[in-house]
Amino acid sequence: MWKWLHPYAKAERAYQLCNTLLPYFAVITVVCLAVGWIWGLAYAPADYQQKDSYRIIFIHVPSAILSMGAYSSMAIAAIIALVWQIRNAELAVISIAPVGAAMTAIALITGAAWGKPMWGAWWVWDARLTSELILLFLYFGVLSLYHAFEDKKSAGRAACILAVVGVINLPIIHFSVEWWNTLHQGATITKFDTSAIDPSMLWPLLINIAAFAGFVGVVTLIRLKNEILQCEKHRPWVRELIGRGE
Amino acid sequence: MAQHSYWQLFSSVYSKDVTLAFRQRSEIVNPLLFFLIVITLFPLAIGPEPALLARMAPGIIWVAALLSTMLGLDKIFRDDFNDGSLEQLIASPYPLSLSVLAKVSAHWTTTGLPMVIMAPVFALLMNLEAQALGATVLTLLIGTPLLSFIGAIGAALTVGLQKGGILMSLLVLPLYIPVLIFATSAIDTSSMALAYGGQLAILGAMLAIACVCAPIAISSALKVSVS
Amino acid sequence: MQFESLSEFLAMGGYGFYVWLSFGSCSVILLAIFLSSLRDSKKLRNEVRAQMRREERIKKAKQQEQV
Repeated sequence: MWKWLHPYAKAERAYQLCNTLLPYFAVITVVCLAVGWIWGLAYAPADYQQKDSYRIIFIHVPSAILSMGAYSSMAIAAIIALVWQIRNAELAVISIAPVGAAMTAIALITGAAWGKPMWGAWWVWDARLTSELILLFLYFGVLSLYHAFEDKKSAGRAACILAVVGVINLPIIHFSVEWWNTLHQGATITKFDTSAIDPSMLWPLLINIAAFAGFVGVVTLIRLKNEILQCEKHRPWVRELIGRGE
Repeated sequence: MAQHSYWQLFSSVYSKDVTLAFRQRSEIVNPLLFFLIVITLFPLAIGPEPALLARMAPGIIWVAALLSTMLGLDKIFRDDFNDGSLEQLIASPYPLSLSVLAKVSAHWTTTGLPMVIMAPVFALLMNLEAQALGATVLTLLIGTPLLSFIGAIGAALTVGLQKGGILMSLLVLPLYIPVLIFATSAIDTSSMALAYGGQLAILGAMLAIACVCAPIAISSALKVSVS
Repeated sequence: MQFESLSEFLAMGGYGFYVWLSFGSCSVILLAIFLSSLRDSKKLRNEVRAQMRREERIKKAKQQEQV
């Protein structure tokens, strides 16, 4: 496996891999996003309790899942970058972070817009909402640390260290917030039960999750390509590539 | 070159930092004064009713402790970074995590420990019940070293930057949340005369993890910042 | 189709504001990050091209000096 993986530590090969993968992710995103949104908004039956307001679930849940998924993949890339000193993994960390932050922001905004009609308040200090907010702070931390450094090499390593520290803390933060919440206000909020969801709602939800995952993939790949070009811009292969008008 | 034991390394780094802090009194006094002022602001802002203050006291004391720890954090590595002794520590044949551990301990002795000692007085200002005083002191005793450890990671990451101060608080404060939650909940529980051993145990466990893991993270962050 | 008419679809059973607020802000954020990534890529390419042209000019100027 190492023999197979090793070439991708080279920037040029990684760039080519991005190019090969990009169309697949793009197709998944476009198809699933179109199908998922139309199905979710117009064809899925209304919830018997929450009526049509529940349709927010079709973007809220995917973005929440992807916000955490993006953080874990960022942390995995960061560990790889720190342990094996692979520059491309550092670049991947920096490429994932803004997308993950966007997903977290979407999850928070849609959560607020869903909470207002259902719970009567834009913001509730519910355990999940609070840990999502803290997740956003962690993303901002990684991003602003990266942009604070002038030397992009040490910026990448510093961001990796912070991402790893954050991922160690994330479960602790999550459980402490959950524990804090149950202690302070008890289970006042009954959450939408996803396990008992009807297939007519589950399918569009799954398609939307695929769409968001594809979107994260597409934007990460585009950003990763940018980062690779940026730090290799004096190399002949980049010159040749851009000279060809690609 | 004479070989020194790890203990000698630890104690020399530690005593150097503590001596420096004691020579410049302001480094010890300022965080304490800040702590006191923040605590004074709260009754002025929310009103002087004793019951209300007693209810909010754990939170206020801990938020004030967080902020005043942040104040001194920037100093942990800044001076050593500027005069080049940090580079010497990294270049020395001794493990960097050990000297980092010494520096963090020194930071705690000069900012955390005075807060622990003064905490009962500040708790009285906030009308905290007498039975919660012990819990306040204990949580601060276990919690402030934890704050120093976590904060030092942020300080090490930002030491090479010109305007690292605000950035550091952005990085560090989210990581402080678990400490804040468990510490305030321990004080809350104790003021209801219930057992708060569980929260203290969790804080202790986090401190143990931080003791082992934080020096590694701090030293690798320092290597990035100095290079 | 769950809705009889377009106006009913837009009203979302009285929850129109919240549903369209979330879908709207979601699309804005998704579009913004996607477009900014594309713009970065374009900017970067232009920068590299400009750099290449500059180097070309320097080379030419040096050759002319030698002549």
